[in-house]
Amino acid sequence: MSTQTEALSGALEAIEEMAYREAVNAALYDELAADPDVVFFGEDVTNDGGVFKTNYGLVEEFGSARVFNTPICENGFVGVALGMSLMGLRPVVEFMFSDFLPTAGDAIVNQLPKYRFMSGGQCAVPVTLRSISGATGRFGTQHSATGESWFMGHPGLRVAAASSPASAYSLLRAAIRDNTPVIVHEHKGLYGTKGEVRRGEVAEIGKAAVERAGSDLTIVSTLLMQHRARQARELLAEEGIDVELIDLRWIRPLDVDTVYASVKKTGRLVVVEEQVHNGGWGASLISSLAIRGVTWTAAPRAVSLPNDLLIPYSPPLEDEILPSVERIVEVAKASVSDSA
Amino acid sequence: MNEASSERRVGWYRQMVAIRAFEEKVQELFMTSQIEGTTHLCQGQEAVSVGSIAAMEPDDVLTSTYRGHGQALARGMEQGVAFAELMGRSAGGSGGVGGSMHLVDFSMGNIGANAIVGAGLPIAVGAAMAFKIKEEPRVALTFFGDGATNIGTFHEALNMASVWKAPVVFIIENNLYGEYTPLRESTPLDDLARRADPFGMPGLVVDGQDIDVVYATVGEAIDRARGGDGPSLLEMKTYRYKGHSRSDPATYRPEGELEEWMARDPIEILGVRLETEALLSAAERTGIAEAAQVEADAAAEAAAESPYPELKEIVNYVYAD
Repeated sequence: MSTQTEALSGALEAIEEMAYREAVNAALYDELAADPDVVFFGEDVTNDGGVFKTNYGLVEEFGSARVFNTPICENGFVGVALGMSLMGLRPVVEFMFSDFLPTAGDAIVNQLPKYRFMSGGQCAVPVTLRSISGATGRFGTQHSATGESWFMGHPGLRVAAASSPASAYSLLRAAIRDNTPVIVHEHKGLYGTKGEVRRGEVAEIGKAAVERAGSDLTIVSTLLMQHRARQARELLAEEGIDVELIDLRWIRPLDVDTVYASVKKTGRLVVVEEQVHNGGWGASLISSLAIRGVTWTAAPRAVSLPNDLLIPYSPPLEDEILPSVERIVEVAKASVSDSA
Repeated sequence: MNEASSERRVGWYRQMVAIRAFEEKVQELFMTSQIEGTTHLCQGQEAVSVGSIAAMEPDDVLTSTYRGHGQALARGMEQGVAFAELMGRSAGGSGGVGGSMHLVDFSMGNIGANAIVGAGLPIAVGAAMAFKIKEEPRVALTFFGDGATNIGTFHEALNMASVWKAPVVFIIENNLYGEYTPLRESTPLDDLARRADPFGMPGLVVDGQDIDVVYATVGEAIDRARGGDGPSLLEMKTYRYKGHSRSDPATYRPEGELEEWMARDPIEILGVRLETEALLSAAERTGIAEAAQVEADAAAEAAAESPYPELKEIVNYVYAD
């Protein structure tokens, strides 16, 4: 942890190259260091740095009163986090797999987002859930969901999704500092990817990022799909198609403004989702844009998981049902030729 | 054994009578539609809330349930504030957005009345763990019904509290019915206190109609929690005189059961004892009852004067700054 300590005591704005999992670790480290009320817990979070090795050194540095393992009981320990938050702590809870979020359905749907409201604003609920999401790990049907849109319909809750080391760091820091409960999705397929992180940066809540500017077509995506969309953008550029690439970053609140501004310019939209399209952020985004009266050059399109299939274990099949770079390129080209 | 002063016990008597009058008034206001929706009354269970909460220190906290009027009032909520909340008025404790099932006051350490069965238990464990982490000598109490002992959060909360030695006291208000279903149809035990055994914590059966016993037992469990020895499970044997909620006439109860329990009325038990101890006369008891009626009537009338909240006010309740 010596490098982290140096970074903290030195320039907070220092830019460091780090892996996504190191960025998560750095955000946890920096918030635990900055605020003694921050606590961090979940299943196996202290054992060898946690199942996905994001938590190295935290229990050693901050002690077992603030960083600790729980029994396997998500609904119970999210309730515990809520109770802690009412008494002044800022708990961060790890969900080893996003697929476990529904086991805490009551705590996430009925408790966290409603607690302050039902009290008439007497309390705040600064709880962060870190949820480890997504396919590509060969984890099978019950360990591979992103779950990124499952809780997007609940006022009182925020939902974020990190596609890069920089956003994994800054979104998690923003979530921990927010006085509203936040679910932050991390993608298990991204932990080894590297990128630049501005140490000390706290993301703006509800703000999507225009990752690459472009004029022909807007692509919006999250998590792992953001990487595939970026690769697709490069291939499309070779064919003379200029893509504006947006990393959504917040699923609740949805940054319709940023996407609207982009689509107003390009007239074309492809949403790329590692989830079924119906009932997710892509469908909501298109609905919101339609309500705003976007004038489409071509009808918006979605590259998503099939609406009536589940994620299989069998490795080639898992690969096949996920939106691929090639598929994104194909749909983007169809969108462009639609009206050309 | 914890014993309270004569003065305090007379105070408990007044509180129990006041809660009874409040609940009766709530029922009346439903009949005239001044209160809408649903409500879950606690007549017959007053000794549990008043006796348990009397054993708390001012910095301690509690969570309760949709049958939580007794706890809220016992912890010091003004009747006018409670009536206004039940009427959906802006003078209510939650500005009228919570209603009957959510009488809370954080300034009094009443940190949650939950409408989801079993949800208050982990929240109380979390509050208790915050005290432990911050090394504050405070304790959390959580009240819930017999029905809640069948839901997962009960078992999850007791397990976590025991493993972590959280300073929390679990209080079952066993009124023999989970909603409309008798306990013996839903639960393979008569004494729910035995559900403490697998979690390695004390489980005690308590006469929930005798406030002196309630106070002493809860006091010991609080002392134990505050002393760092961990949680306890207390099963209060009690009874609700009314149905589960507003729409329930409680026809499922065997004949004579209600009368049997009314013969062990918690207000009467303490009242007779205070008379025997020459701490209250019969005339004074009558006076207390009459004054409670006047107080409830006046509080309800004042609450009805409060305006309904406006939507623009409640928007701020969703997100904290």
